[in-house]
Amino acid sequence: MLGLGADLLWADMNRLLAFLFHQGVLDEQFLQLQQLQDETSPNFVSEVVNIYFHESEKLLRNLRALLMEKEFSDYKKMGIHLNQFMGSSSSIGAKRVRNVCVAFRAATEQNNRAGCLRALEMLEHEYCYLKNKLHELFQIEQQRALAAGVRYPVQN
Amino acid sequence: MESKKQWNEGANSSISMVNYMIDDKETKISALIVDDDAIIRKIHKTMLERLFNIEAKTVRDGKEAVDLCRSGENFDIIFMDKEMPIMDGHEATKHLRAMGVKSIIVGITTRADGKDKEEFLASGSNHCFEKPLDQAKVEKVLQEHGNFSI
Repeated sequence: MLGLGADLLWADMNRLLAFLFHQGVLDEQFLQLQQLQDETSPNFVSEVVNIYFHESEKLLRNLRALLMEKEFSDYKKMGIHLNQFMGSSSSIGAKRVRNVCVAFRAATEQNNRAGCLRALEMLEHEYCYLKNKLHELFQIEQQRALAAGVRYPVQN
Repeated sequence: MESKKQWNEGANSSISMVNYMIDDKETKISALIVDDDAIIRKIHKTMLERLFNIEAKTVRDGKEAVDLCRSGENFDIIFMDKEMPIMDGHEATKHLRAMGVKSIIVGITTRADGKDKEEFLASGSNHCFEKPLDQAKVEKVLQEHGNFSI
């Protein structure tokens, strides 16, 4: 039987997940990721998500750098970055980030620089929100594991 | 403790049926995941191995996939991303079919507008799905090709 602390943390985790689903931040793909986590790889989700954070920040930097160029015209390159962002976002269940990528890609296909700038700001905002909430989720998960007496390697 | 086979015999889910079919074979179903995204390679490989007992290899672009098959490697299923550097999924699929590769090829794309699907099917793929590749999509492929020889 888990200790009371672990039970409460489990409830906190489920509440936060339910909130993120209700807001459309995450979708069922995130639950599928959680199903792939077991005692042989207890940190599978956070490992995947940490790679996602690392790659996403690179993509966001590249997108901003492209848009800030004085003679900007490389919409094709932006589209390639966005496809990658969309693919990884949908694969971890980051629904709202993915949806912003779809709108952003539409703006690149219309060579709409103002639309691209607006979409980039929205994308950065959604990404930051997602990152903060997932960090919060992983912190609760870590605390719950400790309260339950499970020793998992700490993720940075 | 119940053996895996006994548990599978009593279960109704298609995943269990797939595992049951695989358990009775001498070899596992083999798959190749072709994607330039490390996250997707990791997720797809883990899903195929854990949920479906499929032996999965990964490569980063279409050219690597073509080279691997040319070197004599055989796969029952190839999960092929569309947009990749060096050689995209559509080109790689054409090359593989021209080489006589008989694997089930599943195109994976970020576009829902049908253009990618048309291209993939025209180049010789058996299926085309929008990302993410999830459990239900893999089940669909396995159910439709339940009789392929492994």
